[in-house]
Amino acid sequence: MPPLSGRRVTALRIRVEHALRPWRRANPMARRLVLLGSVITLGFAFLAAFPSLVAPYGEAQYRHVVGTNEDPAAAEGRCGDEFECEDIPRRLSPDTGFPFGTTSGRLDVLSRVVWGSRVAFSIVVLSTVLAMGIGVPLGLISGYRGGKLDRVLVTLMDAIYVIPGLLLAIIIAFVLKAYFAPGLLSAAAAVGVVYIPQYYRVIRNHTLSVKQEPFVEAARSLGAKPNTIIGRYVLFNVVQSVPVIFTLNAADAVLTLAGLGFLGYGVPYPQAEWGLDVSRAISDVVSGFWWTAFWPGLAIMLLVTGLTLVGEGLNDIINPLLRVRGFRGRVPRRLEPAPAADTPVEVNLSPAPTQENP
Amino acid sequence: MPGDPISAALGDRLSAEQIEVRRQAAGLNDPILVQYGRYLGGVVQGDLGTPATDPRNVRQIVFDLVPATFELTMFAMVVAVVIGILVGAIGARYRDGPFDVGGRIFGIVIYAAPVFWLGILAQLLFANRWGLLPSGNRISARIVFEDPTGFYLLDGIITGNWALWSGALKHLLLPGMTLGLVISGVFIRMVRVNMLQTLRADYVEAAQARGVANRRVVFAHAFKNALVPVVTIMGLQFALLLGGAILTETTFSWPGLGQALVEFINRRDYAAVQGIVTFFAIMIVIVSLLIDIINGLLDPRVRY
Repeated sequence: MPPLSGRRVTALRIRVEHALRPWRRANPMARRLVLLGSVITLGFAFLAAFPSLVAPYGEAQYRHVVGTNEDPAAAEGRCGDEFECEDIPRRLSPDTGFPFGTTSGRLDVLSRVVWGSRVAFSIVVLSTVLAMGIGVPLGLISGYRGGKLDRVLVTLMDAIYVIPGLLLAIIIAFVLKAYFAPGLLSAAAAVGVVYIPQYYRVIRNHTLSVKQEPFVEAARSLGAKPNTIIGRYVLFNVVQSVPVIFTLNAADAVLTLAGLGFLGYGVPYPQAEWGLDVSRAISDVVSGFWWTAFWPGLAIMLLVTGLTLVGEGLNDIINPLLRVRGFRGRVPRRLEPAPAADTPVEVNLSPAPTQENP
Repeated sequence: MPGDPISAALGDRLSAEQIEVRRQAAGLNDPILVQYGRYLGGVVQGDLGTPATDPRNVRQIVFDLVPATFELTMFAMVVAVVIGILVGAIGARYRDGPFDVGGRIFGIVIYAAPVFWLGILAQLLFANRWGLLPSGNRISARIVFEDPTGFYLLDGIITGNWALWSGALKHLLLPGMTLGLVISGVFIRMVRVNMLQTLRADYVEAAQARGVANRRVVFAHAFKNALVPVVTIMGLQFALLLGGAILTETTFSWPGLGQALVEFINRRDYAAVQGIVTFFAIMIVIVSLLIDIINGLLDPRVRY
């Protein structure tokens, strides 16, 4: 690569400046909330990526080698021969060795919470891949082709969209359970189906408007096949809405997964899933042990708050239509009809389609 | 669906031929589309199917359990609307003030809380630790009562049975408040945004120009108009409320449709699950329709 010339650097800087402009113009409160959300989300992402750095014990570890936190199952040799083993105490209230306490199944709650973030992130990613993988192509084809296919798909997606997310996820999990062993994949499928209509709708509507652009007409008049037009010209113009939908859906997906897990249709025990852990703690609550239910639930709440702050904040900031700078109270007349920066989030709003880079 | 009700119930007692005869008689050998058409025909006539694990048919189950679910969801809706309107409207009036910022953060955080977790914490504190409120079921077994409507709060008033009324209210408080609080997050945000937009309208300026007191402008002129979209949101939240009711009912062992659905799923009773889900879907469609009609009545600009 040639060394960067002065001109190039300037050009680059202008681009970066341009990309950052919405962020600079956003009101300081909105920026602070997005930053807070990012810190929370990245914190959980770190836990999900490196759980063993933070968690003192393994996901389903109920005993340890005396003197260390090591799981005897993973260690060389057998308990009683090469080393002494000790069970993790049951229902220990939070104290020095176990900051979040232990469960009736001899599991360390802190470790469960940390490992649970891995399950949460895996499911969010997998379910998004599924929802995008089905919703985006269907939306492209439906929007570009139009006609009967479009009408059928719109009706179908609306029908799916009407069913409450959790209920739909339960039904899918229920049906999948008859064919597959429950696990990460089937839980992700159950959660993912809920979000297909949202990707489909946004992509379809966006495709409808991009279809009218002159460059699509130009491509068509040059004899490009529909597949080429969709794949090369339409796709890259509509795909920019996807990250926005993702950030908005991710928070909801975590809650849906937790609800599934709570009802017992998520990933199977002993995998660490927060909703499942809360449901297993119900009997503890009756006898007054608060810590087994408290921490996993708090983790859900924190992660969902973080994701919501990032998603809605970014949506407000990126979306130029919704941007009004820090006004207090009333807005001068000439700024109408731009609504306030915190207008309800409309998923299908996105910047005007951009032409291919010149 | 894997297997069918007949071989599941009688598979080990009858020969393959006998099962085949019964399958034929029950119409299970017809093409799926024909079976589906038959099912839809039944639904139209109010027949939601017959569960394999319950002597009642689904319609009867729905009639028995729907009052419990509706009592819970309506109570929660009232809680959510009251909190949402208060916090949202006051927040909009004093925009970016401490109350507004606090209210918005509360709205986001409470909506992020899993409803079952809040429910468990509420049980832990109010029922177990402080012993203030009961934490399960709709009414204690000791109370003798009649229930002409199935809505216990209403029944208490109709039959003049105050023990029933206060008992039902006490049982309703924890689950209803929990579900209502979670849903209120949405209302806070929506009311606030609507209020902010209405405060910018011309008639608000006109009222101010005429010298109407500020408080009156906000709470009499703007407020009423800001509430119109809230009706729409109430309709949209109904689906969310049903989903939340499944979790809340399970958490508080509230004998409603949501809990029944979960039980039928655990028993793998496909017919019952299908019937209850169909009922949920019908309810959502009816509520959406009602909301559209109410909107038309409230706002003369809406035309269909």
